[in-house]
Amino acid sequence: MKNSKIAHEPLFHITKRPPMSKLSAFSVRIGAFFAALILSALFVLITIGIDPWTFIKTMIKGAFGVPGAEKADSFSAFWSIFSKDSYFWITLKTACKLLLIAVALAPAFKMRFWNIGAEGQLLAGGMGAAFLMFNYGTLPVYILLPLMLIVSIVCGAVWAVIPAVFKAKFNTNETLFTLMMNYIAMKIVDYFYNLWRGPMSALGMINPSTNAGWLRSIWSGKEAAWFRNEDLIFMFIIILITVLMYLYLRFTKQGYEIAVVGDSQNTAKYAGISVNKVMLRTMAISGAICGLCGFLCVSSQSHTITSTLGNGYGFTAIIVAWLSKFNTFVMVGVSILIVALENGSMLMANTYGDLGFSPASAKIIVGVMLLLIIGCEFFINYKLAFRSRAAKKEEVTE
Amino acid sequence: MAPERTPVIQLKGITKRFGSSVIANDDITMDIYEGEILALLGENGSGKTTLLNMLSGIYYPDSGEIYVRGEHVSIRSPHDAYLLGIGMIHQHFKLVNVFTAAENIILGIDEGAVIDLKTAKKRILEICSEYGFEIDPDQKIYDMSVSQKQTLEIVKALYRGADVLILDEPTAVLTPQETEKLFNVIRNMRNAGKTIVIITHKLQEVLEISDRVAILRKGRYIDSVPTCDATELSLTEMMVGQKVELNIDRPEPKNCELRLSVRGLSCKNAENIEVLKDITFDAYSGEILGIAGISGCGQKELLESIAGLQKPEPGAEIVYISPEGKNESLIGKTPKKIRAMGVSLSFVPEDRIGMGLVGSMGMVDNMLLKTYNRGSTPLTDKKPSKRLAEQIREDLAVVTPSIGTPVRMLSGGNVQKVLVGRELSSSPTVLMTAYAVRGLDINTSYVIYRLLNEQKEKGVAVVFVGEDLDVLLALSDRILVLCGGRVSGILDARTATKEQVGYLMTNIPEEQEAQDEKQ
Amino acid sequence: MIIWIQKAIGFAALITLAALGELLTEKSGGLNLGTPGTMCVGAATGFIAAFRYCQAVEEPSVIIILILTLLVSFLSAMLIGLIYSFFTVTLRINQNVVGLVLTIFGCGLAEFLSIYFVQSSSGNVRCDPANRVFTALIPWVSEKLGVVSDLLFSYGFMLYVTIAIAVGMHLVFNKTRIGLNLRAVGESPATADAAGINVSRYKYAASCIGSGITGLAGVYCVMEFKSGAWATADISTIQAFGWMAVALVIFAVWKPLNLLWGSLVFGICYWAYQYLPGMLGIKVSTDLAQMLPYIITIIVLIIVSLGKKKENLGPASLGMTYFREER
Repeated sequence: MKNSKIAHEPLFHITKRPPMSKLSAFSVRIGAFFAALILSALFVLITIGIDPWTFIKTMIKGAFGVPGAEKADSFSAFWSIFSKDSYFWITLKTACKLLLIAVALAPAFKMRFWNIGAEGQLLAGGMGAAFLMFNYGTLPVYILLPLMLIVSIVCGAVWAVIPAVFKAKFNTNETLFTLMMNYIAMKIVDYFYNLWRGPMSALGMINPSTNAGWLRSIWSGKEAAWFRNEDLIFMFIIILITVLMYLYLRFTKQGYEIAVVGDSQNTAKYAGISVNKVMLRTMAISGAICGLCGFLCVSSQSHTITSTLGNGYGFTAIIVAWLSKFNTFVMVGVSILIVALENGSMLMANTYGDLGFSPASAKIIVGVMLLLIIGCEFFINYKLAFRSRAAKKEEVTE
Repeated sequence: MAPERTPVIQLKGITKRFGSSVIANDDITMDIYEGEILALLGENGSGKTTLLNMLSGIYYPDSGEIYVRGEHVSIRSPHDAYLLGIGMIHQHFKLVNVFTAAENIILGIDEGAVIDLKTAKKRILEICSEYGFEIDPDQKIYDMSVSQKQTLEIVKALYRGADVLILDEPTAVLTPQETEKLFNVIRNMRNAGKTIVIITHKLQEVLEISDRVAILRKGRYIDSVPTCDATELSLTEMMVGQKVELNIDRPEPKNCELRLSVRGLSCKNAENIEVLKDITFDAYSGEILGIAGISGCGQKELLESIAGLQKPEPGAEIVYISPEGKNESLIGKTPKKIRAMGVSLSFVPEDRIGMGLVGSMGMVDNMLLKTYNRGSTPLTDKKPSKRLAEQIREDLAVVTPSIGTPVRMLSGGNVQKVLVGRELSSSPTVLMTAYAVRGLDINTSYVIYRLLNEQKEKGVAVVFVGEDLDVLLALSDRILVLCGGRVSGILDARTATKEQVGYLMTNIPEEQEAQDEKQ
Repeated sequence: MIIWIQKAIGFAALITLAALGELLTEKSGGLNLGTPGTMCVGAATGFIAAFRYCQAVEEPSVIIILILTLLVSFLSAMLIGLIYSFFTVTLRINQNVVGLVLTIFGCGLAEFLSIYFVQSSSGNVRCDPANRVFTALIPWVSEKLGVVSDLLFSYGFMLYVTIAIAVGMHLVFNKTRIGLNLRAVGESPATADAAGINVSRYKYAASCIGSGITGLAGVYCVMEFKSGAWATADISTIQAFGWMAVALVIFAVWKPLNLLWGSLVFGICYWAYQYLPGMLGIKVSTDLAQMLPYIITIIVLIIVSLGKKKENLGPASLGMTYFREER
């Protein structure tokens, strides 16, 4: 009548689909990954004219290879990927850091608490550790290190619990609150950084001569052995926590409570679960792990503090946790994938920098990959119902 | 019905599915005529709302055709519906809380780029005086009562020039006075030439207000009859299928002991409105206490207060008398504490997946909901719940791909079986159920009745909140009637009549009124 | 004191503009955490356009510089907004996740583009003609009115554009049908949908235009705040401003006019370290002073959530995806 536009059917409409089988969901994601890879290869081909094969080879080498080695055919070459400065080792190490933050976020997200303050919680933890390291470097190792550990964990937990308290009490928006907490933490770190460096241009490592507060101070004076390795301990702790978190979420009473609260707060109340208590406890755990990550980064990796300690992984980990659907083992894969992409493209940048492939191009490649991979979630949860051809023809003849 | 009247809306072969298993509407063909009040009658879950949602553009039919004034149309959005002159007043009002009434009314209308609230208000007041509405165009929605919001929705539709108005269970939330007012307005609108469709499952209303009745049953269109030719009996038959002689057993209560004593219970909701007022009653072991009332009269709050989910106003007494004769006050206790006290209280809430069960978990994990905290280790013990899940699946014939399938994927009847099964498994001494058979098919309903009777015979004090008076009268031993949050009477279900209960649901007897005054 | 306020106003205008873009998006229910990325893209593309044009032409025309710079940055930032709305509205992916990815992507893109087109990965590149355009003062009023001139008219035209956009946005939200509809979409998409408003279209439009405005803030930052100089290192500065803009929107309880004075508070805090010591003899740490805006924002966030006034809680559907057939 008034409007003739409404006389035809929509081309398609979107409906929620019944849950996909794990296999097909996985293949959709793999498909998205390869689509992104092809897109990136094209991008590289067009912008700097490197053929896709070289691109992929370099990416793989940058992520998992060894610097300099052209062929990895001999046995010793294979072992060299475990050497301290092989790309493989760096990828593994960096992925572990990302993984730990994602693992920290898992319980919060499972509870549907949007903790996007991991970066700040990590910095709070790192700050606590660095503070002790800087001011109490004279304490004996067996007091200083445990103290640093505890203080870091407490700092991280406190940083996370503050927004949770307000969420529980007044229902204050946690997304925005935790976001703001990040910047406060950064500024506090900046403050101490500038205070400590004094007139110098950079702070440099803390206690470079005494190694006080460094993880390696545990075995200083003892003879070297393969297990006396800061990176190795760093990774070991992280893998241990990943496994523990998996068990915690899956088999403990508290993990069960988190799942119930995340599904429906009404159900939780019905079951007699105190939602506020669970919220505070879970955020404390989440923050504590971020704080621990801060400790590990300061004590075993950077041996100093800067506001870029988290490397932005506090944010990237949100993407990891979301993509992994809170499953900590899936997080391992996703973390490695993201870091591999980053490192692969870094090698591209180092090798072909003169052709115009900058570290920025690396960021773009990571960005495109992530966009496509998160985009494919749509096809896992929804389906498009196209109208049948016959109906379309009918309309034409009308 | 004059034969020359033309249908303003024709539905032809409309089918709508949700998921792969649920067919909400199955091949429905029906007409709606100009200037009539059509009642669309059907039980809960018969597909009434779904069908009309397709007219208002909320859903899109999977197949079938809609004709408006003889033209084949495709209603893709509520906007399309408005262009066709169709306005729907949903059960859950579609209003923006922080806007004023006038802003809500002009929302989405294309009348020039700059808002002219003055003219709009004038027109709103004109419409109000024409049909007899009362609204203040400058009032914010969050300050309005339910009835005011509903009025606003109707004015909104009229403002947009809707001449087909669809009302989805408009009286469910209204007091009798408000209902009467609404019906007057509806008649005014019909006399002004509007077409009105009312979705309802209340026969009384159908007979009172409508010109014609169309009946849906389990997603299918059954028939339509002029209201003047219909009786309550004939409509019931069409609505429920073959004439149902409710054949519910009612064993005599045995060994009745006082189990639960409620005195002077009052309760306020989140908006600080008193929803329960001075409720006093007793529940005995070995009997079923039915609770009747128009929906939203405090049933939910009553059960939740007992279960420890609502905070009663000071001065209330809820005492549990254990079989051993120990008295325990339940006031101010959380569900966890009540359980810890050894009070075996089971509660089947109205909102099954939003409250009684965890939708994303399977049967096994749901069995754990109230017992997960058992044992001294920090770990959950899933073995007993696995056994329990298997047992419930078998005993109650729950249809599910596996006991690990998220219960959200199950059909309504199976969800209820899971929930009831779990609640009964803790061998309660008090069992409370809210709308236990809502949306269930006849067979499942009978399973539930049977289970309740079994519990009663075991000596459980059963509290059964229901909406179907026939069921209440056939199943309960005593019936407590709520009206506006107060107890309007407690009747013996064996001698009470439907009319008695119906009367009490909308009226508080005078002597009781006087009694309350005195207090 | 006056210089302090001048600087604060300059800074305030910059983040106000970025916040206006974010505010527009948030009014439609989209929490766009891609704002920092969007700002970077706007800054990079705008600068590149101006730089390339000034290089190519002997005597660059003021008008062309102006149009080219603004248009390019607006459109490119809009493209980011388009990606955002496609992912969050059409594909219904979580807004936080998409926003964060876009920040990563946007910053990378900005860096890449500036290296690719300006051919310098380190050090400053200047585009003075453009800087002159953006810092040109209004002739008479900027000189003859003494303190008033210094306080109110010692800025480039973007400040006034920002105020105009803020006032315009206020009028649009409160006086026009489009504004009413947009607010309804942000408050309750289901209601807006039932009222016949095309929810998706409004969300798309709001995020795209909003992102465009945020992009302008980026180029404003380079041309005026950074005096027409560009270095890839500035991207992190711009990114920080982007986050501050997100905070500012909350601080202003989602009202465009509040942004104007709210940003001034931010600006005064931002520059406090430079001027407070001289004035009061107190030594103030840069970092701690710059932390203040975030703390104030948190306090506002808490006060707002405490308050009974529902209008101040921000768009009710903020951060949620809307799906009509959700049951």
